[in-house]
Amino acid sequence: MRCMKRDDIIHLAKLARIRLEENELVSLENELSSIVDYVGVVTEIAGEQGDEAPELGLRYNVFRKDKVTNQPDQYTKDILAEMPDTDGRYMKVKKILTIDE
Amino acid sequence: MDTIAALRTKFIEGNYTPVDALKGALAVIKEKDADIHAFLEVYEDAAEEAKEAAARFKTEGKDAPPLLGIPLAVKNNILVKGKRATAASKILENYKAVYSATIVDRLRAAGAIIIGATNLDEFAMGSSTENSAYGVTKNPFDTTRVPGGSSGGSAAAVTMGVVPAAIGTDTGGSLRQPASYCGLVGFKPTYGAVSRYGLIAMGSSLDQAGPLTHTVADAELLHTTMAGLDTKDATTIAPDTYPSFPSKKTYTFGVPRHFLKDGVDDDVLALFESHIKLLTSLGHKVTDVTLPLFEKGLAAYYIVMPAEVSSNLARFDGIRYGLSVPGDNLLDVYEKSRAVGFGAEAKRRILLGTHVLSSGYYDAYYGKAELVRRKMRRELTATFKDVDFILTPTTPTPAFKIGEQGDPLSMYRQDIFTVPVNLTGVPAITFPMGVVKRERVDLPVGVQYIAPHGGDSLLFAAGKSIYDKGRV
Repeated sequence: MRCMKRDDIIHLAKLARIRLEENELVSLENELSSIVDYVGVVTEIAGEQGDEAPELGLRYNVFRKDKVTNQPDQYTKDILAEMPDTDGRYMKVKKILTIDE
Repeated sequence: MDTIAALRTKFIEGNYTPVDALKGALAVIKEKDADIHAFLEVYEDAAEEAKEAAARFKTEGKDAPPLLGIPLAVKNNILVKGKRATAASKILENYKAVYSATIVDRLRAAGAIIIGATNLDEFAMGSSTENSAYGVTKNPFDTTRVPGGSSGGSAAAVTMGVVPAAIGTDTGGSLRQPASYCGLVGFKPTYGAVSRYGLIAMGSSLDQAGPLTHTVADAELLHTTMAGLDTKDATTIAPDTYPSFPSKKTYTFGVPRHFLKDGVDDDVLALFESHIKLLTSLGHKVTDVTLPLFEKGLAAYYIVMPAEVSSNLARFDGIRYGLSVPGDNLLDVYEKSRAVGFGAEAKRRILLGTHVLSSGYYDAYYGKAELVRRKMRRELTATFKDVDFILTPTTPTPAFKIGEQGDPLSMYRQDIFTVPVNLTGVPAITFPMGVVKRERVDLPVGVQYIAPHGGDSLLFAAGKSIYDKGRV
């Protein structure tokens, strides 16, 4: 039994913003099904949420002074050089909104 | 190739200089790397650094910094300013790092020379280095076999004799498994011991960088050079975050016997038994432990890790840097760039992560996996009250054949002994426990010692007294 259907994969790919080819859809349906099936065991071994003592001290906040540490333009040129498309000091992107005619 | 310690002695004596070491490294690359393919790039400016290092040895002698002139190779998911950082992915094919990782700065400050970037599974996702967008790396012991992964290029670079040591990263075994397959020492530090600043993130709550070396002493030297608090990585820990563990003459090792029942190669088990005999003959105590949750770690790992992968890899979208495929609108650029830029394993894990984090599944998968993680830590804490180390084989088998692991799940199972270590954040070391014969070739296999949080130095102490001393 496959727990991941073709439509599920298409939906996930849309969420993950990856365009998939037909052959990828077919293999992912099999592979993700078997992996999701395998990891399902955590539900059994996790038990109930309530019996866990909170882990004090393991997570704590780390603060630092709100201070500028870079020189102006220290990295600007290098970062701009990595951008696929620029206009002066700006990054160029495709339009986000399309208006239906 | 020599160890770091041996190279340094030669450099101080002065008959063999860092320039000679670099020439030697480049000669090995020229002779063997067309076949092995450990390197993605070799840095030409290393020659200048080697000259400077040679000159410094003349004036500074044994006062020179501890790694002066030592050639190192670095996995290509670690940023070196001005050099390409591909993570072995098409999506970062032409990306040049605009800053260096903290660990790179620290290694260089100690005098190390980074001679090149090594191959890996794309974004460090894999156990064989077969997932690289730039071709597979082969195992120097048998070129029909994988070197392990994901730090396979780094491991092969050391084993084939280019460098005395290399740096890699370990998210679920990516240092220890290739160390096991390539006959090396590999070390995964306590989570937070080493800064992740400048590492291309895979699973942020799991990733740690570490060394691949010939000796435990060399691994300790590299680790202590890289480790320590970093203001650029808020997850780095202070020296007193965990209690310290004084080294002892003899240790108690816990063996999770029932964990070794299924799927472990008979020859590997035999080697493991002889390592236990070695330990008892040296006066150490070996006892059985039960770790029922630790054994199930792999399932929790394949929820937590892909969840973090799908979040971390969301930044690669064809807009700010890396590969960009033209499209009609912004979404089209995203979808096309990611379709072309990511390989099959990256896509699998991104989609899996998207699934386990999506509304309606989050509690059932991610929430439960995090709960299992907490329980695993508690199980370990209880176990470490009775034993100093947990002992397992590093890998269930020796290096497998290129192309042998057909489906993703069987590949994932290579990491059953290593992933629980990352999930719980404890440190572990691997070193060779012997060889097994396959098709008349001797293939090395590693043994893994796992210590409590903060027990990094204890692993080095034990490793030096057990492995380094016995090494000829």
